[in-house]
Amino acid sequence: MCLAVPMKLIKIDGVKGIVEMGNINYEVNLELIEKPEIGEYLIVHAGFAINKINKEEAIITLGLFKEINENINA
Amino acid sequence: MLKYIDEYRDKKTADSIISEIKKIRIKDNINIMEVCGGHTLSILKYGINTLIPENINLLSGPGCPVCVTPNEYIDQSIELSGMKNVIIATFGDMLKVPGSKSSLQKEKENGRTVKICLSTMDAVKTAIENPSKEVIFLGIGFETTAPSIAVALKHAYNENIKNFSVLCGLKTMPDAMLALVKDNKIKINGFICPGHVTVITGSKIYDNIASNYKIPCVTSGFEPIDLLMTIKMILMQLKNKNIKNEIEYKRAADYNGNIKAQKIINEIFNEAESNWRGIGIIDKSGLKIKNSFAKFDAQKKFAIKVIQTNENPLCICGDIMRGIKKPSECKLFKKVCTPDNPVGACMVSAEGNCANYFKYSQN
Repeated sequence: MCLAVPMKLIKIDGVKGIVEMGNINYEVNLELIEKPEIGEYLIVHAGFAINKINKEEAIITLGLFKEINENINA
Repeated sequence: MLKYIDEYRDKKTADSIISEIKKIRIKDNINIMEVCGGHTLSILKYGINTLIPENINLLSGPGCPVCVTPNEYIDQSIELSGMKNVIIATFGDMLKVPGSKSSLQKEKENGRTVKICLSTMDAVKTAIENPSKEVIFLGIGFETTAPSIAVALKHAYNENIKNFSVLCGLKTMPDAMLALVKDNKIKINGFICPGHVTVITGSKIYDNIASNYKIPCVTSGFEPIDLLMTIKMILMQLKNKNIKNEIEYKRAADYNGNIKAQKIINEIFNEAESNWRGIGIIDKSGLKIKNSFAKFDAQKKFAIKVIQTNENPLCICGDIMRGIKKPSECKLFKKVCTPDNPVGACMVSAEGNCANYFKYSQN
């Protein structure tokens, strides 16, 4: 039921959107999120976008991974 | 390259986190429980349980929606499927779940109409396209699924779609987790909290368990590095005796959750007790459709009753979902109970504990 994979919003038509992952497109309902915009990455559950990926937090997390790798190799 | 995926599957980063986990060194046996079918799947698929020290025991709790749905509900849905001019609309993984005497799959093979939906809106569309049929959607799931069922019910209400209803079996997580905390058969030292439930509810729902019961709660993402990081965060809390409610999955979840989704849940549903397969009735652990939407509540609309339900006495799904036993301790596992011939619900769903042990584990 739960596609835990973030998918990119490529089209908006009212409350419907099209998201893509790799070469596959899915239709999603956008009624549960605020102001969806083309190009945003969405978390999709059972045909509904339930949130947007927070880009800033994702960058911070990746920075943390880099730090862990550097500490281990130091 | 898949954005927000590949970097969370990077082997070098995983190795680094595993080394850090090994350095934490806690002597005692530690039970860490996840309560999300997606986490069960990832842990077994990536072998996370085999990469960490032996005294860290990963347990799967009641996090698979199909698995926690009791026989009573399955029997009711089968009963409904037998009525005239009915289309049962359901997520696919409900199909093979055995009820007391049959399953929806068997009833479908016998000619009853069961339609698989990828979204609740597919079910609404089916109702619009089949005005002479009653379309009954099997509304199971947790807080993650509840808003999508609420949206469907609201559409049906606003557009006066009279032939659509929901058999509501929705469940909510915090009080079920609390019931496990209070269960003296199992000692839980940390919770890997469900990522997508938290996207909706916010991590605030775990404050009580972390603050008052002193059990680390960390909301996790679904990739292997998310889960390894989460395990590390739980162990650090235990090591430093600094128990708190944290989020690893910050790219998707926060403390307050999706307010828009919470509003629609509260508009359509009331909190209610709920019956969990193998666990029993837990107060405030479910959602029921409000009286103002009663004409879309299949339970009320069809006054369906099931007199007696039966479960295979040898099936230990309940103990498995409470973390008391592992699938390998079940007499039926791999011998009688297989994905092709499931005895218990845990062997059916792609998120089920037994199904994943069957697929990925050596034991």
